[in-house]
Amino acid sequence: MSSPVYVAGVGVITAVGNNVAENMAAFEREEAGMGDITLVNTIHRGVLPVAEVKLDNIQLAELAGLSSKLSRTKLLSLVAAREALTDAAIPGFGELRSGFISANTVGGMDKSEDFFVDFLNDNNKGKLRNVFDHECGSMTEVVADELGITDYMTTISTACSSSANAIFYGARLIKNGLLDMVIAGGADALVKFTLNGFNTLMILDKEYCKPFDDNREGLNLGEGAGYVVLVSEEVARTLNKPLYCTLSGYNNSNDAYHQTASSPDGTGSYLAMQGALAKAGLQPTDIDYINLHGTGTPNNDSAEGTAIKRLFEPNYPPMSSTKSFTGHTLGASGGVEAVFAVLAIKNGVIYPNLRFKTPMKELPFTPETHYLKDQPVKNVLSNSFGFGGNCTSLIFSAV
Amino acid sequence: MKIYIRSAAAISAQRTFGDVPFLTEPVDYQGTRLTAIEPDYKEFVDPKLARRMSRIIKMGVAAALQCLKEAQVTMPGAIITGTALGCQEDTISFLTRIIELDEEMLPPTAFIQSTHNTVAAQIALTLKCHQYNNTFVHKGISFESALLDATMLLNEGDADNILVGGTEEMTDTAFKILTRLGLYKRWPLSNLDLLKTKSKGTIGSEGSVFFLLTEKSAADNLAELVAACTFYRPKNISDIELNINKLLDVNSIKMEDIDLVITGKNGDLKNDGIYEILGNSIFANSSLANYKHLSGEYPTSVSFALWLAVNIIKRGEVPVIVAENNLKNKSPKKILIYNHYQNTYHSLMLVSAC
Repeated sequence: MSSPVYVAGVGVITAVGNNVAENMAAFEREEAGMGDITLVNTIHRGVLPVAEVKLDNIQLAELAGLSSKLSRTKLLSLVAAREALTDAAIPGFGELRSGFISANTVGGMDKSEDFFVDFLNDNNKGKLRNVFDHECGSMTEVVADELGITDYMTTISTACSSSANAIFYGARLIKNGLLDMVIAGGADALVKFTLNGFNTLMILDKEYCKPFDDNREGLNLGEGAGYVVLVSEEVARTLNKPLYCTLSGYNNSNDAYHQTASSPDGTGSYLAMQGALAKAGLQPTDIDYINLHGTGTPNNDSAEGTAIKRLFEPNYPPMSSTKSFTGHTLGASGGVEAVFAVLAIKNGVIYPNLRFKTPMKELPFTPETHYLKDQPVKNVLSNSFGFGGNCTSLIFSAV
Repeated sequence: MKIYIRSAAAISAQRTFGDVPFLTEPVDYQGTRLTAIEPDYKEFVDPKLARRMSRIIKMGVAAALQCLKEAQVTMPGAIITGTALGCQEDTISFLTRIIELDEEMLPPTAFIQSTHNTVAAQIALTLKCHQYNNTFVHKGISFESALLDATMLLNEGDADNILVGGTEEMTDTAFKILTRLGLYKRWPLSNLDLLKTKSKGTIGSEGSVFFLLTEKSAADNLAELVAACTFYRPKNISDIELNINKLLDVNSIKMEDIDLVITGKNGDLKNDGIYEILGNSIFANSSLANYKHLSGEYPTSVSFALWLAVNIIKRGEVPVIVAENNLKNKSPKKILIYNHYQNTYHSLMLVSAC
């Protein structure tokens, strides 16, 4: 069970770029992806900023090589998952026992929203092709089919920690000897359902979000997909290119406090980070960078910050929320941010936390505000916390 | 390492919850939709909280707590659920309001409770359980994925007393849409006649079934979960047989050692065609049993089959209503469950007397 699992490939699409290179360039330029709503037909246009992927469904479908009539979540998922698989360039991929573990929060909701308008008027109306594969699992299935993965696939949905859970479930399938390689991560498209849902909770910032700032007022929703390719030690030996890192630690713990709010002392976050460190056999001082969950809501950042204080005091590593670039990509965020964590190690960089000005009163540390190059980044902690108290931390370590 | 099923609790379209006779008086429905027989929730959920909860949450929490009670376990080492469609009632309610109210003045409760992990989260919240908590949402193998996660956790040695369940609720909206999609029979019928009518379609249903898995052997465990696996889009019947034989071989069990095979026949001609062929090949000499005429069809219905199997083993009897042919052993010790979901996802589970 202690055999390592390696990261051999990465793929990502967000509001700041359609692939890994574009995302990395945006970090270096310190350029956020937020803007007005252009793709979702909603009354919140011009009011709430969001971080849309800068391709409409027709352009995205072309990039994915799928029909533009499919759910946007499928299109985003395929683009990033294929980039990850191509990047890994695993020799004899077809001979391996391979898996696809993906996550999302609302399945094909973009299409179901269209269906529902007609259906509500008349239950015999509404195009069935817009609703027949609404299920979360359908998003995964179409991508697995396109990538030729048949040995195992499944879908995880634990709100905003979904794809972090998918990644370490994938790693465990390899550690348990069930698979040789796994593509794991998640995807979510921006839809009216979640936009209105978060709006009713009054946690959407009308300005661009300010994670970990004392004057933060909420999150900006984003969309995208992010996947890592995980391989066993045996497969790692056959690769013709350097490995990125290992997934050295992981933990899922539950806050068990409230369906949506985090406990004031961040119990779940603390347990997740502590558990991931224990699994990796690392001390808090070994962590070189924390990619924060850092949504920008008063509640999350306070709970997460308090948990970090409890665990890391007095040595705080550089930390930042890349949601200040990509917005909160919900079910995709754990996957998207895992890709960023992996690339922080490979490229020796720390990403900036944009728009940070005022330190939070209750915290003795502040996030990194500038893009830093040539950093010795060996161990990265990535946090993903979701509704239902679902708290997951992953640790990636240089090899 | 051996994995034991210590307890099992089922809320289903039949009387299966709590201390009840073992399917001796099957509930007969007319139509194409079965409804779960819900318990009095007062024992499980604070009535003030229950009023805000959708049926899937209440059914999930109640079955989970009953399962723990029967296992005499107060705090599980992990909570894992499987559901293909999740919290439909809340999802539909919020979606409807978005459209009807033009996105204005929406109440948040339905959205908050619409996420697929709400059932697992509410179980954790009720128990104040900080342990591993996960939810799988992959169509016809949502429950199987949760079960695989549970068995891996036990193999890894990081947790014991894993609570794992499959939950699904049927709503008017889903029933209407799935009927339009042709999943169900066109004419009303009795569920007890489901497997006699050779026609297209099945009957829709819902349910919530939980299990407590442990690595600790005990005289009052229900059964051993010997193995479970899934496979995707088999090329042909031989491919299915190959997968069944592989599972048996790996566990050094021969087909003739299996006392009972429970299959997922659901009354749909095309769906059941696969079981018919296997009934003349690999299962030709097997005692067979069915369950979907009792549970109805839903994506996590195989959890009902597992509940049935462990109860058959523990009680040492096969309910008359489930037996398809002559039983070679009236008290089966080894049971194989084989189910497939539209010939896409296939699933096998092997359980044995402890």
